[in-house]
Amino acid sequence: MTATKNILVIGGGVAGIQASLDLADKGINVYLVEREPSIGGIMALLDKTFPTNDCSICILAPKMNECFANPNIRILTNSELISLEGEAPDFRATIVKKARFVDEKKCTGCGDCTQKCPVKVPNKYNMNLDKRKAIYLPFPQSVPRIMTIDKERCLKFTKDKCGNCIKVCKAGAIDYEQNDEKIVLDVGAVIVASGFEIYNPSDMFEYGYGKYSNVKTAMEYERLICASGPTGGHLVVEPGGERPKRLGFIQCVGSRDLSRKNPYCSSVCCMHATKEAMLAKEHYDDIETYIFFLDLRAVGKNFQQYVDRAKKDYGIKYLRARPGRIMENEEKGTLTIWYDDLIDPHIQSIDVDMVVLCTALMPSSTAPKMGEILGIELDEYGFFCAKDPLANPVCSTKKGIFIAGYCAGPKDIPESVAEASGASARASEVIAQSGGGDVP
Amino acid sequence: MNSEQEQPRIGIFICHCGTNIGGFVDVPDVAEYAKTLPNVVHAEHNLYTCADDGLTSIKNAIKEHNLNRLIVASCTPRTHAPLFQHTCESAGLNPYLFEFVNIREHCSWVHMKEKEEATLKAKDLVRMGVARANLLQPQAEKKVDVIPKAVVIGGGVAGMSASLSLANQGFKTYLVEKRDQLGGMVRNYYKLTPTNIDAVELIENMASELKKCENIEMLMSSTVKDVEGYIGNFKVTVEGDTDKTLEVGTIIVATGAQEYKPDGLYEYGKDDRVVTTIELEKMMRGKELEGIDHVIMIQCVGSRGEAIPYCSRVCCMTAIKNAIYLKEEFGIGVNILHNEIRVYGDDYEALYRKAQEIGVHFNRFGENNKPNVINENGKLTVEMFNEGLSRVEEYPADLIVLSTPMVNIPEAEELSKMLKVPLGQDRFFFEAHVKLRPLDFATDGIYLCGTAHAPATIPEAIAQGYGAASRASIPLTRGYVQVEAITSYVDENKCRGCGKCVEVCEYKALELIKLDTGREVTRSNEVLCKGCGTCATTCCNGAISMKHFSSEQIISMIEAALTEPALVKPLTNGFKPNIIAFCCNWCSYAGADLAGVSRFQYPPNVRIIRVMCSGRIEPNFVFKAFEKGADGVLVTGCHIGDCHYISGNQKAEDRMNMVRNIVHMLGLEKDRFGLVWISASEGQKFAELMTDFISKIKELGPTPFSIKK
Repeated sequence: MTATKNILVIGGGVAGIQASLDLADKGINVYLVEREPSIGGIMALLDKTFPTNDCSICILAPKMNECFANPNIRILTNSELISLEGEAPDFRATIVKKARFVDEKKCTGCGDCTQKCPVKVPNKYNMNLDKRKAIYLPFPQSVPRIMTIDKERCLKFTKDKCGNCIKVCKAGAIDYEQNDEKIVLDVGAVIVASGFEIYNPSDMFEYGYGKYSNVKTAMEYERLICASGPTGGHLVVEPGGERPKRLGFIQCVGSRDLSRKNPYCSSVCCMHATKEAMLAKEHYDDIETYIFFLDLRAVGKNFQQYVDRAKKDYGIKYLRARPGRIMENEEKGTLTIWYDDLIDPHIQSIDVDMVVLCTALMPSSTAPKMGEILGIELDEYGFFCAKDPLANPVCSTKKGIFIAGYCAGPKDIPESVAEASGASARASEVIAQSGGGDVP
Repeated sequence: MNSEQEQPRIGIFICHCGTNIGGFVDVPDVAEYAKTLPNVVHAEHNLYTCADDGLTSIKNAIKEHNLNRLIVASCTPRTHAPLFQHTCESAGLNPYLFEFVNIREHCSWVHMKEKEEATLKAKDLVRMGVARANLLQPQAEKKVDVIPKAVVIGGGVAGMSASLSLANQGFKTYLVEKRDQLGGMVRNYYKLTPTNIDAVELIENMASELKKCENIEMLMSSTVKDVEGYIGNFKVTVEGDTDKTLEVGTIIVATGAQEYKPDGLYEYGKDDRVVTTIELEKMMRGKELEGIDHVIMIQCVGSRGEAIPYCSRVCCMTAIKNAIYLKEEFGIGVNILHNEIRVYGDDYEALYRKAQEIGVHFNRFGENNKPNVINENGKLTVEMFNEGLSRVEEYPADLIVLSTPMVNIPEAEELSKMLKVPLGQDRFFFEAHVKLRPLDFATDGIYLCGTAHAPATIPEAIAQGYGAASRASIPLTRGYVQVEAITSYVDENKCRGCGKCVEVCEYKALELIKLDTGREVTRSNEVLCKGCGTCATTCCNGAISMKHFSSEQIISMIEAALTEPALVKPLTNGFKPNIIAFCCNWCSYAGADLAGVSRFQYPPNVRIIRVMCSGRIEPNFVFKAFEKGADGVLVTGCHIGDCHYISGNQKAEDRMNMVRNIVHMLGLEKDRFGLVWISASEGQKFAELMTDFISKIKELGPTPFSIKK
């Protein structure tokens, strides 16, 4: 049996993108499988990145475009792995590419269809804070730049009406008859970079998420403060629409919390809260920002210096406390945060206009099923586990299958990028099969 | 398309970058203004020019308007130039006909409070870009073969992992280790979580894997003494048991870190019962813990302070692991005195919970109350304000363990100079991009991993080792690299054959040859030339020109920056000086970019002109700037010893000292001219220097030349 020179990468976030580029630059054929209609993952939705406040999509978009332009990478969006047979280096993967009802070869991404589409749907890419159309491009920098029809909401599918998009599309790309496609791929190795999910704090009664409109999650905040977000980069207090004057960030919402089943630390929230508070200060000079935290985990390169700057130059206040309760003050329209300060221990409160919950980042809910398909093991929390978590990171429990990024445990962007390159190196070894060492 | 003969047809794309530029600069106004500039036939503005629709409109505009020059005014060429150059290429335009104008890092992000002036500055920068674009010429890149071998410097866990992966991918790999055994820092440790493996056993397992690889040649007790060459063709001189010169295509830096010695802190060095973490690990290895019933560990000793501001990432976990082993294997009680416990992720948080469950005590002293060690009557006690309990407590100790940070090894300084790669302000090696290129240096062909980059855990260092192997294997696999066409070109009709340029070239890229007429002239070797431009600056006869950074192009930018009176005039009452700053591509331009991303604000009076090296700055550039009305001129470059081109900045220093005197002779104050060194990691310093220089020039007032305007 000869090893094939193909590698399957699962997940089109920053880790999957980096893994694909490293491999493709070496002449290896990559199939990059992404469940969503665009690659980019969570990083594409962030406003800035810590500890430099560099613009997230600005630095990611060139890499996304590079994936698209690289002749060795075939991007399969709207796609999922349904089976994997064989052993390294002779795997056979079956992918289902779901119909997007738009011919990928014909669509130019012009957006005429979106303009004429009469259906408005909550926009998942803006955390449902605004509306998109039933035929849509997820976000401006989407790769590939191809429209997708939301079958659940499109009038053609639900009521057999409308058909505006097919009428206006000059490229003739709309195809209501398109079927799901099964694609069988022979690959020598697999890299899993399937990312994470964000904890929904609706069941945490004490913080009032879902009940009080000015209690947001950090991910919602990222979209609000981002220029391409639902408010064009402005923070607004509902219902009046004025800007908040005081902002509270609460750390460890659903994480480091045995009762919420997420005992671990999500690793990035202390830093993204610091960044988000700094961004608020940059947008509004006089805004007051408070970060409620337990242990401030500024452990990465230049992170401590970043936090020191947040305190000194930006005047961001850090309070060591896990707030017990948030209550809405209906008259004033403010939110009262009740907390027991760990340094000055008695119950205190502070009034703010908006609360940002820094929620746990969790293993993907589809990870157990994917683990089953791939034949690799998960740890007690639901992250993919390494063959040897100390000595052999990036190698899964099965030969020829590698894990990178958040799906293998909490980590930040540069760690995900480094691991993705690491997984690429190990996957390349499987394909090269020379040198004398054991194939990982 | 032959752009040399054709009238330039310039297309310009101005990016809002969401609100990153659009929020602080009136982008549509800048686009309207751009349309008025010479040979601009198309100008538009985009929400994100780098997005797919932005790139598509560039391609369409090139075809539709028959553009033969392209300008994008957005962020920095250091991250985005390749993207737009590819776009040019795919639309049939030579990538050297592309000009980048940085209106984000150098404008909108550093003038966030001055939208009107930031807009004027953006127009100036665009005008400068248009001036240069008018003079751009197409260039052809050369392909250079890559030696399919690599060298890994450092045989700790990161370097071993990198070597193993490179060898398994089929590449001959040299592993250079300064000690006589592999394993680096980890060799000192006791057992390791979560697998409880003995640290030495972990290393031996890895070493035996390496020994199986025929492709790996280990050079033990050896150090790197010299590095020459460039991506694909490095010559690395190694001194040790056997001296050798290694010819390799890529280099991985995996030189590790070391434990900070807390001399003078907490009785360390005075009392044997005060030790560092690694000293404790050695005691545990040797089972030398007789008579010890209770251990007090103090966290953040030396770190998170003034001298070492960073958090060392691994100390909390290491302390907790050791506390668990002390308790479970040696029956020793432990208190960990900490500022806060920074165990991130899943496994380490679990370890923290386990330690609490088995009775390891955690006592928080908080940010401003460091503990005291009292050594009286032969007894050690730690006195500390317990923040959680709001009271002072005393902890008797048989042994005090100080958790000190990792610091870079002293040899790193010299190695960074040899490799021409920077160290950060924390003295660790400084990567190409904090977020997306953590394992690359800005210099092609050199990569980094492990604790040489920053403190890291063992699995993190191993993953980085593999990652660096991936990055380093890309050119090795391809077998060739394309070298930039920024090289010197000698006009033999002008060359007098004096040979001064041959003397200053560090790369032996120039040589004197005899023509048939018997006259000697210099000839440039494009493959050897690295493009610094020091030779062109040295040539008295103007016989050497630099492709893509010609004197005419640079002077056109100086003139453009200073010749549009509407923009030079003060906006309000008071003197607003105009300052030209020359920045080198590798250090000071990158420092200016970092000032931008970090939002370090400085006044909007500076116009930056990028050159490859400070050695490229001709005295005439400075004089021209003053003549055209600059109130101050700054030449900036890499710190001495860090020059990307070995010694370009030293030559600049010699030349600029002379320039300063001439400036004075012209009747201008010496302080109007500055020469400063700024590294890629010194964003804050860049902003401070600009602020200081501008206020100095404001005090001096306008020059006779600038008043005339």
